[in-house]
Amino acid sequence: MTVSTSTPTRASRAPAAGGRARALSEVPLPPPAWSRVTRKVFGHRGLAIGLVCVGLAVLIALFAPLLAPHDPYFQDISNRMVPPVWHDKGSWEHVLGTDKLGRDYLSRLIYGTRISLVIGLVAALISGVIGTTLGVLAGYFGGRVDAFISYIITTRLAMPVVLVALALASLTGGSLTTVIVLLGLLLWDRFAVVSRSVTQQLRDAEYVYAARTLGCSLPYILLREVLPNIAGALIVVITLEMAHAILLEATLSFLGMGVQPPLPSWGLMVAEGKAYMFFQPWVIAIPGVALFVLVLAINLLGDGLRDLNAPGGRN
Amino acid sequence: MGTFIVRRLLVALGVALTISVVSFMLLHLSGDLATSIAGPEATAEQVAQIRTEYGLDRPIVSQYLDWLGGALQFDFGRSYYYQSTVVELIVERMPITLTLGGLALGLAVCISIPLGVVAALKRDSWVDRLALLFAVVGQAMPSFWFGLTLIVVFAVTLKWLPAAGSGGLEHFILPAIALGYYATPAMMRLTRTGMLEVLESDYIRTARAKGLSTTAVIFKHALRNAIIPVVALAAVELGFMLGGSVVIESVFSLGGLGQLAWDAISRNDYPVVQAVVLIIALFYIVLTLLADIANAALDPRIRTR
Repeated sequence: MTVSTSTPTRASRAPAAGGRARALSEVPLPPPAWSRVTRKVFGHRGLAIGLVCVGLAVLIALFAPLLAPHDPYFQDISNRMVPPVWHDKGSWEHVLGTDKLGRDYLSRLIYGTRISLVIGLVAALISGVIGTTLGVLAGYFGGRVDAFISYIITTRLAMPVVLVALALASLTGGSLTTVIVLLGLLLWDRFAVVSRSVTQQLRDAEYVYAARTLGCSLPYILLREVLPNIAGALIVVITLEMAHAILLEATLSFLGMGVQPPLPSWGLMVAEGKAYMFFQPWVIAIPGVALFVLVLAINLLGDGLRDLNAPGGRN
Repeated sequence: MGTFIVRRLLVALGVALTISVVSFMLLHLSGDLATSIAGPEATAEQVAQIRTEYGLDRPIVSQYLDWLGGALQFDFGRSYYYQSTVVELIVERMPITLTLGGLALGLAVCISIPLGVVAALKRDSWVDRLALLFAVVGQAMPSFWFGLTLIVVFAVTLKWLPAAGSGGLEHFILPAIALGYYATPAMMRLTRTGMLEVLESDYIRTARAKGLSTTAVIFKHALRNAIIPVVALAAVELGFMLGGSVVIESVFSLGGLGQLAWDAISRNDYPVVQAVVLIIALFYIVLTLLADIANAALDPRIRTR
């Protein structure tokens, strides 16, 4: 379907004449822009699936109070570990059952969407600002600036992220905010690598040269000439880093150093269900599948966007 | 080649030193260590006593220099929790983590390279699609959850393998699968991309045109070139996996470096945390250095960069 996520520079490739691009140029009268976009989107199955799933997740997160059948924090000790509805002892009262404190699992799952999405979005934004700033400066100036920033990137890459995040989350007493900030401060490396290599290609572009000759200020050139032209590559990185941040938050929370109870983080739900997984495997299966589907959808969306950006890079 | 290696070595040294500074400062500045060590019920006097006892009241720079001086002589101080030195703990746990990492990497290589080659040869076939599905699933699977699922299926339901502990080799199989799957997608995709690029190149066409058998073309000519970046990636992935072992080892109670780190973090045993962070970073630095040198030896164009 797409190229490897481990080679982010590939996203920066100039669009070559791929099969789809050629097919489009043969259309005699170009259809209106929006329908062209929708055709492109739905012609690409992975992108369409990703878009629909992520859209659904966003809607679920936005309308969680309307969708959740119960209060996600309400404990009903007499109704603990009720199995899901497809189970013999399940009931429609608790569609996905209840946890060890008798809290409705479906409601917790629905509210958990909010946590994952907020963490993914905000952490990706923070790391995006840090990484893009570093990458654009390194790519635009080159020379010593580049050497210095590349050194920072190399150092960051050599730091064991999971370990450092665990230690810092434990020290700062993990909460939703600290986890978001921590992940934002740790996950900027891919933004920096991609924006650096794309900016290097743009540095000598004619319009950038023109802006320089006209005496435009440096911030103007970087923000108005360079940034819009690397945005396409950055959007792909944003999706990948969102997925990365969501997985890391779940991992931290699973290990007890991330989001703290009683918040319904999916990683925390797996941790709380761990003791019961031998006889009631659904307690870890349900939040795990939710996590998997969300991350998969975001990755599909990112891969699809990369293909739209650079159809030549499909190999 | 000589200057290339020297330059890379200097960068590696610098990175290692920077990481030691950064991890030390982060641990010392992001919270009050003395309060964390003393625990929530400690009185102000107890906290003050711990502060002087552990030397936490001295200026941070002199604390760091003392620690670095020790670290250079393989002395990372004593654990706050165990009755032994940090080095003893690490030497004792290291073999487990290295075994796990080696097995996981071996597994990832054995799966990803053949799969990548076949996917490239049979491009757009069902094998190719299946390989991509395998990669996409692997990238989205939370490793701790995959580990728990393996336990439920293979240890509890089928009773084929032990669920936890670190006795014989059978204890490493499930953790190695869980950790190895994490590294497989990237290596598989890189093998596939590399093979596709190489197969379209002129020298492969020449090799085919002069009548070499398909196997000879694929294995002697194509794979040998396509695999160079995969070898480098494998080294990097091994470094990542040693870092990621903290998750898998806690899931499987494997008792290696990763679990040591996790236990140390939950017990506020900071000398151990600092040492493990530095050692795992050092592994990563050495592995990427070796990968860089191997790459430069195989591909002279890299040396001039």
